[in-house]
Amino acid sequence: MSAIILSAVWGVIMMFGGVFFKKASVPKYWAIAGLIIILTANILEFTGVKIFDIYSENMLRFDNFGLHFNTVALFCTLIYFLLNGRDIEKVGNHVSEYFALIFFVLCGVAISSSFNSLLMLFLGIEIMSIPLYILTGSDKLNLKSNEASLKYFLMGAFSTGIMLMGIAFLYGGNALGSFNIDMMQLGQGALPDMIAVGIVLLVVAMSFKVSAAPFHFWTPDVYDGAPTVFTSFMATIVKVAGFIAFIRLFQSSFGTMQSQWQTLIVIITAATLLIGNLTAVFQQSVKRMLAYSSIAQAGFMLLALFALNDTAKEGLILYSVAYSLASIGLFAILVRMNDYTIEGFNGLGKTHPVLAFTATIFLLSLTGIPLTAGFNAKFYMLLAALQNGHQFWLVILAVICAAISAYYYFKVIQAMYFKEPSEGASHQMDVPPPFKWLLIFTAAIILLLGVMPGLVVDWLYY
Amino acid sequence: MEIKWYIFLSAALFCIGIIGALTRRNAIIVFMCIELMLNSVNLLLVAFSKMHMSGIAAKAPALATDAQLFVFFIMVVAAAEVSVGLAIIVMMYRNTHSVDINFLNRLKN
Repeated sequence: MSAIILSAVWGVIMMFGGVFFKKASVPKYWAIAGLIIILTANILEFTGVKIFDIYSENMLRFDNFGLHFNTVALFCTLIYFLLNGRDIEKVGNHVSEYFALIFFVLCGVAISSSFNSLLMLFLGIEIMSIPLYILTGSDKLNLKSNEASLKYFLMGAFSTGIMLMGIAFLYGGNALGSFNIDMMQLGQGALPDMIAVGIVLLVVAMSFKVSAAPFHFWTPDVYDGAPTVFTSFMATIVKVAGFIAFIRLFQSSFGTMQSQWQTLIVIITAATLLIGNLTAVFQQSVKRMLAYSSIAQAGFMLLALFALNDTAKEGLILYSVAYSLASIGLFAILVRMNDYTIEGFNGLGKTHPVLAFTATIFLLSLTGIPLTAGFNAKFYMLLAALQNGHQFWLVILAVICAAISAYYYFKVIQAMYFKEPSEGASHQMDVPPPFKWLLIFTAAIILLLGVMPGLVVDWLYY
Repeated sequence: MEIKWYIFLSAALFCIGIIGALTRRNAIIVFMCIELMLNSVNLLLVAFSKMHMSGIAAKAPALATDAQLFVFFIMVVAAAEVSVGLAIIVMMYRNTHSVDINFLNRLKN
């Protein structure tokens, strides 16, 4: 509860602060301070100290899973602010408004990780998406940014309509007449028509939100067009929060009748894994490659939805840390590059050894090489899928796709270390020492979680 | 009147909205079609609420009105979406002097 309330309040403070802050560098410090307060309050709530205790008619339920994910999301946002604070200032003139919108997104993230009612699911997803439409279009004079923002907005509103129709049918088919997801347990029997229609519509709408395969077509364009700092936020924390909402909804409400909708998820997972990985191979721009790789990683996270057991939940939390940290780090390096193509990375190992080394660790973690967090995350996902016991071929497909992903991630590593810088290309960038230390710190967390995944996972059973 | 007629009506409105959103090229009209989708959901929710009234109202009177509250939330969120969406469309119009979404093909390469 404290994460929801405090991030909304801090968003308002940041918004009005924009009137009073004279220098553009001030909002960053306020945002970091606010985020530390919210993170502390959330950890306190996790350990049992409730600052706000508001009766919500059972519409919100704060269990370990949701609170733990909030901690992870807030921590990743803190790293994101520290790494990218100065780049957010460069996007435009409304610096404190950008931070305010990010706080509103965090409020939506906290709601969608703790909803217990379909109403709250809808509100959480919307509070998460609407500020993002604005952030995507924040580079107002850039046509690509305009286009991305309009496309994202139309797709987002369209999928909201589909989701609402699904919710309406679930309400109509549910004899209890309730929106609470734990009252939707319908047992093993054949589904009533209305419930079946509702589930299909919800799967489609949530797949839109997390950019799973047949509904992923907006993702590369939007991620490519948006200012790179905000792509970093959209592709990591917001996307993972979508998955948390997805698994929460399907486990609490339709968990018992999984056999009836599992095939749908299997098709979506397989398509996401294949399309994401195969298209990423052909990309020339690293930013666009990371957009497709985020689709490919979404395929792995969908395995949690397929498995729907405790290992899947542990894995999803671990995956969210591993994937968010590695992508945020990579994007933070990418923002500072002059040239976003893979050739732009040529010879980075010689000119900026620290950047190249940390980028290598991030890329290895995204591929899933042992001793990095990404390996453990992928391992948990595959283990969960095996424990589920059905559709063994899906696990094999996932492993093959992970192998394909090595090709396009390693292409960047190869460019950094084994190629000479091309003529005329320069790696003139502004790399202050704190930025380097933060990158090393992030890479160290990834390596640490690669050895001891229990540091994150065990908190679920605190 | 039976509930199925309400379902037919809102499903028809919803499909008109989907078809419009997928086929029309003017950003404002696409947007109107999306609003039509949201409003067909409102209609359906109110109809279902009335349907549940006769069934469960005796046991739990508060539950049957949940959907009508939901409708208000949909209206509020739709209004927020309109304000953001129109701002985005205006921003695009300023740069391109057009609201045609065929224009949106710069990122495809």
